[in-house]
Amino acid sequence: MTAEQGAKRAAKPALVRVKGLHKRYVHRPVFSRSEFAVDALKNVDLELQPECLTALVGASGSGKSTLALCLAMLEKSDAGEIWFEEREISRCAAHELAWLRPKIQMVFQDSAGALNPFFSAAQIVAEPLEVQRRESGRKLRLRACELMEEVGLSADWADRSPLEFSGGQRQRLAIARAIALQPTLLILDESLSGLDLVTQAQILNLLADIRFARSLTCLLISHDLSLVGQVADHIAVMHQGTIVERGTRQRVFGNPQHTHTRELLAATPGLELAFRTAQPGMRT
Amino acid sequence: MKPVPVASSFDEAAGLLRVCGLSVSYAGSGPSPVMALRQLDLAIAAGEVLGVLGESGCGKSTLALSILGLLPSAARIEGSILFRNEELLGLPERQLRRIRGAKISLIHQEPGFALSPVMRVGDQIAEVIIAHRSLTRKARKQEVESMLREVQLADTGRIYAAYPHQLSGGELHRVAIAQALACRPDLIIADEPTRSLDVTVQAEILGVLRNLNQTVGTTLIFITHNPALLAGFADRVAVMYAGRAVEEGSGSRMFFRPRHPYTKGLLDLMPRSTRPGDSGFGSHLPVIPGGPPDWQSLSQGCAFEPRCSLRTGICRTENPGEVTPEAGHRVSCFNHDS
Repeated sequence: MTAEQGAKRAAKPALVRVKGLHKRYVHRPVFSRSEFAVDALKNVDLELQPECLTALVGASGSGKSTLALCLAMLEKSDAGEIWFEEREISRCAAHELAWLRPKIQMVFQDSAGALNPFFSAAQIVAEPLEVQRRESGRKLRLRACELMEEVGLSADWADRSPLEFSGGQRQRLAIARAIALQPTLLILDESLSGLDLVTQAQILNLLADIRFARSLTCLLISHDLSLVGQVADHIAVMHQGTIVERGTRQRVFGNPQHTHTRELLAATPGLELAFRTAQPGMRT
Repeated sequence: MKPVPVASSFDEAAGLLRVCGLSVSYAGSGPSPVMALRQLDLAIAAGEVLGVLGESGCGKSTLALSILGLLPSAARIEGSILFRNEELLGLPERQLRRIRGAKISLIHQEPGFALSPVMRVGDQIAEVIIAHRSLTRKARKQEVESMLREVQLADTGRIYAAYPHQLSGGELHRVAIAQALACRPDLIIADEPTRSLDVTVQAEILGVLRNLNQTVGTTLIFITHNPALLAGFADRVAVMYAGRAVEEGSGSRMFFRPRHPYTKGLLDLMPRSTRPGDSGFGSHLPVIPGGPPDWQSLSQGCAFEPRCSLRTGICRTENPGEVTPEAGHRVSCFNHDS
């Protein structure tokens, strides 16, 4: 990000503001009178700057996906506020959220599970346009093919089943479906986990192009710091349901303040190697 | 001047395992078979860690399954796999069962799927011992608990009695390692054992494997797509592309001076720095363009040629032979960095 771009974006209000968000899951085992509760989110504060890529990192079970589901209003928070485009959405009833649904889209980790195997690739991409009554008839298929081409998939594959695509191609298809409604916020929940490094880099480059072309704000959820360290503008570190550190990528990587951030950085093999190889004479 | 092709280091290796000219193919929908492995040569000495590196679909897992004789019956296999000078290809199933688990074992990518959901994990580890060793029930349980401690699981009583769904991802991976260790095999094949794990658990699992290699001398074949996991861990690294080992050499030399353009491309994908201002709108990561080749339409030339930045005319028409630019290092490329 250039200084000029950074200044322009800093002048804009945050697209998403989260204040004191709390979410508790209560579980009662079958045939048991006792129940136990898990505080998945505890007093979470977060801001997503428009047109920026914010990475949410943390270990498994730290609450990253719960936060994403709350932001997309697919999960109701117990307390706190979520402001989207200057409107408080956390207490809205389902019917009041029709305007919001197209604006926030998600891409999930398990692309094979997230795409309907009985639909063709074109039907998968066209479905949100049909549901939101944006296109119909021949135009619908044409638009689906255009979106497939935009994410680097040939329109000749429009009639293929998603199971005929590789893992990386399925994620491209999921991204095509997610951008079909021209969202403002795209949430990628561990969407690159399980893909090899070459495919990860290709998808991140595609994401950079889409962000640039569509002025998109992205929240990238990942446990892989070496990955987010290459692309994120801002980083928020989650630990046991709380955001323990957040800031620009340079600040979080260059001067981590919280013990958990330092632990994550130390455990990341790519970074360890990068630090070693950056010092002449350390290679053996 | 480019080095003249000579016999590879592989020929001289006094290996625990030697894979010679291994080819695996399947009948495809087209006229030509789908080649999953093509004339693969590899060797691993006792106590060594061999890293096998490559993209998805380059044949890494097929190699693991070939060694264990677990390929589907539709697979056509040619070549030789010598384990302690015993030919594994063509061995009857009964004899293979004596080797699997006892002498060679496998850690799967997804232990959640590899373990039975309806058996306690302790009993599943004990199953391996029952198959290969004669121990009393009490001694067996003690042995399993000792394995669990070896993979740094403290609460062995709880883990022994737990079902897979009651354990975390990291615990499941450790149980899978304990199961692979149960009969003290000579060779463990770890097929992407840290895939989908978060970095802290990944580091712990790598620590367990490193510790086993250093203290017990377990020989390891570590399969991964991430070169960073092999840095400082693998004694030797074999880089696979389209079913062949396109480069092989010592781990440190491979990271210091990769010679094949594909290896360089993979290493370039690793994070190099966190310089301010090196990302943002429009900035791109280094990437190897395109994807793995179509297995059914591999040309006569180099399989990497369509994606290679160094390609020349000969790459399209001829398959590069193997050369050894320095002792213990082999590479298959006409335009390799010499």
